[in-house]
Amino acid sequence: MSGTTRPMGSPLIEVTGLTMAYGERIIQRDVTFNVNRGDIFIIMGGSGCGKSTLLRHLVGLHRPAAGRVAYDGEDFWVLTADERQRIMRRFGVLYQSGALWSSMTLAENMALPLEQYTDLAAGEIADLVSFKLALVGLAGFEGFYPSEISGGMKKRAGLARAMALDPDILFFDEPSAGLDPITSRQLDDLILELRDSLGSTVVAVTHELASIFAIGNNSVFLDGEAGTMLASGDPQRLRDESEVTVVRRFLTRGESDRPTGGATLQRGDG
Amino acid sequence: MSDGNSRQRLEDGAWSRRDGRPGTAPVLVRRPDGVLRLCLDGDWLAGRLPVTVEQVAAELADGPAPRLVCVADTLERWDSGLLSLLARVRERCDRLDVIFDDSGLPAGVRRLLALAGNEAGQGGRPSDSKRTTLLERIGRGGIVVWCHLVDMTVFLGEATVACGRFLTGRARCRRSDLLVIMQECGAQALPIVSLISLLVGLILAFVGAVQLSLFGAQIYVASLVGIAIVRVMGAIMAGIIMAGRTGAAFAARIGTMQVNEEIDALVTLGINPVEFLVLPRIVALAVMMPLLCLYADLMGIVGGMAVGVLMLDLNIMEYLEMTKKAVRLQDFWIGIFHSAVFGVLVALAGCHRGLRCGRSASAVGDATTSAVVTGIVSIIVATAVITVACNMLGI
Repeated sequence: MSGTTRPMGSPLIEVTGLTMAYGERIIQRDVTFNVNRGDIFIIMGGSGCGKSTLLRHLVGLHRPAAGRVAYDGEDFWVLTADERQRIMRRFGVLYQSGALWSSMTLAENMALPLEQYTDLAAGEIADLVSFKLALVGLAGFEGFYPSEISGGMKKRAGLARAMALDPDILFFDEPSAGLDPITSRQLDDLILELRDSLGSTVVAVTHELASIFAIGNNSVFLDGEAGTMLASGDPQRLRDESEVTVVRRFLTRGESDRPTGGATLQRGDG
Repeated sequence: MSDGNSRQRLEDGAWSRRDGRPGTAPVLVRRPDGVLRLCLDGDWLAGRLPVTVEQVAAELADGPAPRLVCVADTLERWDSGLLSLLARVRERCDRLDVIFDDSGLPAGVRRLLALAGNEAGQGGRPSDSKRTTLLERIGRGGIVVWCHLVDMTVFLGEATVACGRFLTGRARCRRSDLLVIMQECGAQALPIVSLISLLVGLILAFVGAVQLSLFGAQIYVASLVGIAIVRVMGAIMAGIIMAGRTGAAFAARIGTMQVNEEIDALVTLGINPVEFLVLPRIVALAVMMPLLCLYADLMGIVGGMAVGVLMLDLNIMEYLEMTKKAVRLQDFWIGIFHSAVFGVLVALAGCHRGLRCGRSASAVGDATTSAVVTGIVSIIVATAVITVACNMLGI
């Protein structure tokens, strides 16, 4: 891995004054934060506030309307296409639905990045593929097509594919969406394990509070109504100390200012 | 009605607990001080409401009314019908600056009304900015068409670059994909191509025979069918079948990959989707279409021969001899050139629509439809262009 030469804790991704837009519609503006090496960085916020859009900007799928996204100090969008590809090769991305290529078996899915970027022989690739599948608990599923396995397995297979090239940075789009609590917990443990053993940096979009506190050590909070970020930092600290009510309410499921549930129903009584 | 009662209504999931009798008292009463009373008596159920919003609005507009008071002492059964009526009455009141007094309503009704009002406040109503003038719509339409043209040009450029890389052996795509696509769009299309070409040959011969036999020139049916099929009809029929069959399949396949984020997964791995997905499809169709065209030519001539032999009593050898005399080798080449161009066009149309597909199931449907339409239109336009060009070149 090329990233391990720099010390842990130094900024790996720097986002400065980022404005994200689809055509004329601005999703978020003035988003600024740093992701440090070894962080498990959480992008959080309410539904539809632009979390996934931010992730798409971070993985290089979208050009920012304004602002800068830099990796190791290199501004991504001023680089040439080849240099951008070199940086993108350091990413592993787990998409919300797994995004496995449906016309290929799990083994072929995993082997494709290896075939594209390494000179390994077919036998070595097959060994690597089996090992990575075993890492995520899918040993023996090499010959299965994505349509033949369950949603949770697809997600794990997607994770194995994301790790195929031993990436510096792993991006997760809602890793626990659609998973039962136990599987979701296991995925959290796996993410922590990967960070600790491989030294990868993890950026995850999620609004699963349990996951946020279990794995995250840094975060950014986006707000749809304000159209910008409201806070960044350690999620636990944000929950306990943040001065922004929206952030505190989000991190306490709205209980910080309303002691009982169903409060909205009673609003009309007064 | 007590708060506890109405809560029970909500929690039961039922809107009422008792049967009631239809209301008989007047519903809208104007008091001497101008205050309007809306008396909710008996049952107020959807479809059977004793009063409409328009009636209330007319009464409000009839004279100055400082407030509208709802009285529900004798209200029995009610459901969403009453709620939507009251919500709309409240809206009218707000617009006319009339105070809407709901304190006489059962607590359940009040809470649900508050929630409905609340909802609009929180989510923010969609603004009226979507209403536009004709000129603005024309302008926006123009911009959309322009962006579309630019996008098509960009895609064409990317595809050309990818083809260049393929020819120099630097393209990143899987050979196994190419072979599978070739099989899908070549061998597996043979039955449908056989059927359609045979019938087209038959039809051409039949229509020609009716006219030619007037002059006793039935033998020229062979020339007519031979030249028409070999020079252009074989290629066009094969092209249209491929646009409907393979172009649509390309768009649906790539469009679904777009919906499933599979294309994003390729891009983030640094794999160019145009090289990986579009290139093999262009190559496959450009190679298979001429072969299909040759096959369609053969089937078309067989179809014509069937009419010649069975209807016009021509000899098989005679028919074949006449066809050989009429059709020149260059007609074959022109037909094959047509089909290679059609192959590229159909593949480009299908892949372009697929790659630009939105992220929903209906978008995949739109992409597929659009791929077929674009494919067929471009086939016809290309035929016209090539025909004119051949005419000018004198071939």
